[in-house]
This record gives sequence, C-alpha cells and structure tokens, in this order.
Amino acid sequence: MKMNLSHFEAAFLFSLFTSIVLGVVTKRTDRDRLHYGLYTFGCFLVALFGIGWLMYLGHG
Amino acid sequence: MTKEKQQKQPVPPLGAWLPAVALGWLIPGGGHFLLKRTGRGGLLLAAVTGMFVCGLLMRGAMFQPQSGDFLTVLINTGGFVGDVCSGVFYLLSVWLGYSQPDTAGHVHDYGTKFLVTAGLLNVLAMVDAYEIAIGRKE
Repeated sequence: MKMNLSHFEAAFLFSLFTSIVLGVVTKRTDRDRLHYGLYTFGCFLVALFGIGWLMYLGHG
Repeated sequence: MTKEKQQKQPVPPLGAWLPAVALGWLIPGGGHFLLKRTGRGGLLLAAVTGMFVCGLLMRGAMFQPQSGDFLTVLINTGGFVGDVCSGVFYLLSVWLGYSQPDTAGHVHDYGTKFLVTAGLLNVLAMVDAYEIAIGRKE
C-alpha cells in the first residue's frame, strides 16, 4: 500500500498532526490548548496558501 | 534578572521523571498515560502515530549517520536522531525490515520529513511529560 498525496494534502496532514502536538504540550489549560492548536493550524494554512500563491506569482 | 532567578533550581530526582520520559520515548504519549493524563496522552499517541504511519505509507527514507562534510554529518545524524525518537515505531519498522532508498519525488520527500517530524514531536511530548513529572506543570 502506498499513499500518493499532492503537495497540499501532505502539507495539510503535516499541519494537522503538528498542531495537535503543539496545542497539547504548550499551554496549561484545556481551553488554551484548544485555542493554541487551532491558532497554529490556522497559521500553517495561511502560510501554505500564502507561500503557494507567492510561488505561483513568482513563476510568472 | 534578580539573584533568586539566577540561582540554579535543584535537580529533580531521577526516579521522579525518568520512567515517564523513558516510557514516553518508547510509546508516544506513554509518559502522559503513566502520569494519568490519558486525554493528552491519547492525542499525542494519535498525532505521532498518524505522522509516522503516513511517513511509512509515503515510502519515506530513514536516515543513517554518515561521515563526510559538515552538512552531510549534520543532516544525516540529526535525521537519524529524529527517526530514533519515534521509539517503538522506529524499532518495529527497522526490525521488520523497512528500508527505503532515498529516491526523487515529492511524495518520498514528504514521507522522509514525516518520519523525522514524528520523532521530533515525540521529543516535545517527552519534555512535556518531564515537566508534569517534576511538578512544573499540571
């Protein structure tokens, strides 16, 4: 079995797993953990789309 | 910085944190389970396992320490340490004969990064288990 993912799918999965761990280990209350996990996931997605567009526009 | 802050904190006894950190290395989230933080342990286990399994399914390569120029040593040794930090997943995959050559292609490349990152995320989980075990964190 082999997984063939696009750049977006792979980066999305990476963001998801990393955000879960960062949320769990960083803050001290469950509420803060949830917020921080969602915040980091959002940052990953913004960076993903932002850098994607930059590369697209940079290529001309 | 005040003198109180500059003073070194006493080193916590080994027995207080070593079992949690060692179990946390072997089984991601295991330290949290040992310290009765099952919810957080479950999330860590799911995230690290998911990352590692995706890396395997993408046929990522495992790093081996290599000699050579500084960058080669740094990348390969760092990558190897990252892989080993996945604990039982690394041991099982090596024991069961997983050996993927480093081939070109974005999927393989992502897979290699997923495998290393799984170990690095487990390091974060181990540090968290350490802080809980010594009472610095709830």
